[in-house]
Amino acid sequence: MSTIEAKAGSPKRRLGDLVFANLTRAAGLTILLALAGVAVFLTIEGIPAFTAGPEDLKGASSFVVYVWPLLFGTLLAAALALAIAVPLAIGVALTVSHYAPRRIATLIGYLIDLLAAVPSVVYGLWGGLFLGPKLVPLYEWLADHLSFIPFFAGPASTTGRTILTASIVLAIMVLPIVTAISREIFAQTPRLNEEAALALGATRWEMIRLSVFPYARSGIVSAAMLGLGRALGETMAVAMVLSASGVVTFNLISSTNPSTIAANIALTFADATGIQVNALIASGLVLFVITFVVNFAARWIVSRSEVSV
Amino acid sequence: MAKSIDISDLNIYYGDFLAVEGVSLSIPARSVTAFIGPSGCGKSTFLRSLNRMHEVIPGARVEGKVVVDGQSLYDPSVDPVEVRRMIGMVFQRPNPFPTMSIYENVLAGLRLNNKRLGRAEADAVVEKSLRSANLWEEVKDRLGKPGMGLSGGQQQRLCIARAIAVEPQVLLMDEPCSALDPISTSAIEDLIHELKTEYTIVIVTHNMQQAARVSEDTAFFNIAGANKPGKLIEMNPTKKIFSVPDEPATEAYISGRFG
Ligand SMILES: Nc1ncnc2c1ncn2[C@@H]1O[C@H](COP(=O)(O)OP(=O)(O)OP(=O)(O)O)[C@@H](O)[C@H]1O
Ligand SMILES: [Mg+2]
Repeated sequence: MSTIEAKAGSPKRRLGDLVFANLTRAAGLTILLALAGVAVFLTIEGIPAFTAGPEDLKGASSFVVYVWPLLFGTLLAAALALAIAVPLAIGVALTVSHYAPRRIATLIGYLIDLLAAVPSVVYGLWGGLFLGPKLVPLYEWLADHLSFIPFFAGPASTTGRTILTASIVLAIMVLPIVTAISREIFAQTPRLNEEAALALGATRWEMIRLSVFPYARSGIVSAAMLGLGRALGETMAVAMVLSASGVVTFNLISSTNPSTIAANIALTFADATGIQVNALIASGLVLFVITFVVNFAARWIVSRSEVSV
Repeated sequence: MAKSIDISDLNIYYGDFLAVEGVSLSIPARSVTAFIGPSGCGKSTFLRSLNRMHEVIPGARVEGKVVVDGQSLYDPSVDPVEVRRMIGMVFQRPNPFPTMSIYENVLAGLRLNNKRLGRAEADAVVEKSLRSANLWEEVKDRLGKPGMGLSGGQQQRLCIARAIAVEPQVLLMDEPCSALDPISTSAIEDLIHELKTEYTIVIVTHNMQQAARVSEDTAFFNIAGANKPGKLIEMNPTKKIFSVPDEPATEAYISGRFG
């Protein structure tokens, strides 16, 4: 059977298949090699940091003590950014795919895509010089009235250069990618499923809950993961917005804030020497690993909920 | 609770394209009315205008009157969502909600109507609807399983159960058997026979025998040519349509001498 088929296929076509198969294989391998290369580099160059002393770790007694506040800040800023960006992105994506008239929807789509084209330095400048100061009154109000919530314990920063400001800037930066992907997926909801809901007398919102969200759920998680990747690794915006002091706190509006791994690398790399460089690289390794772990965790959650459906 | 439908001078558009022109007819209550006609003549379009599903397509609109039990459906004060709750619909291709269990699929419409539904009450509705749809015996042991796990014919009967769970006054069916084998088809035809004691049923079909078997009245639609609007040619008792139709075009179509 298989020999007959092999003879039937024209040789030229098979050559094309062969070339294409090898090209795709090579592309896949390249990605794996690049990833492995980065991992190996980070590990080898990072190892000396694990035995480094306080003089090379900004006074921290060990690498773990050094990296922990940075890791904390990274995760906190990214989580806050996602908490702000994902609901907003879903709302915008739904508006574009299901609510707005077509012409307005296209316009909103363009504007959102435009946000992605703004360099992160610009976001950093805007966040630090404009948005931060503008948010000071809000932070003061929060500190006055809601200080019983640990997030708003205060005292409010007078410059507005807080982790919350940084997270808002990050949220705006991840908004385009999350919106774009969600919009694509929402728009692909099978017409048949949407009409099933409408014909039962669902309002538009009920139709979205019955048909669009179940269909789009895993896609939304993927979109959020891509956004998270960007938020975790974003450097300039955070470095320029945040006045960091290396603490671990859930207080979002004060002037003492944890920094993030990426921002810390950007801010200290230029002046670092010797083991200090290794410490920065090791913190990069931590970021690398965390990104992987978070991604796998999210995919695992999605695949589990898919099976149980 | 079944209701009759009176349509007068209905024009149905997709944007600027007039798809169906000048239809006037009356659909009697507690009876089965069949729509037949060549492909593209506007049967689905017309059917969907009866529960205001036509207008969910961008640019689609309707002129004329559809009156159900004295109430004009296209009156500005009428909420299309209410219309669709009163007039249920079964589509050509089965479309259960893919992520929901069989049980939840049946209840989907009720959950929209009144969210508070006791467990016992819900169980009763599910069993009654699935029994009416001739599906209960086949699925009673796996109500928690996804609706998509059923065969095509079972899925279609699940969709019928879902549509009748909300006890609509009218049930619209657009070629409900076109994707089904003869056994499932005959199960659904039996079901239509039982349902007509309580519901007003309108069915679109390409199957002449089916129209002859299940319906009391038949409406024949035709189209003069590409990009021309579809029109109602005649509506008469099914027996008459299939023996001595008024119009030669009807005669030609049902005897296969069409075009
Ligand atoms: N979504 C749409 N947008 C624009 N035109 C449409 C749309 N749906 C149907 N039409 C047009 O309306 C006319 C009637 O179509 P309709 O689907 O009602 O025919 P039908 O009688 O149901 O045909 P069939 O028997 O093949 O299902 C056709 O000319 C078709 O091209
Ligand atoms: Mg049709």
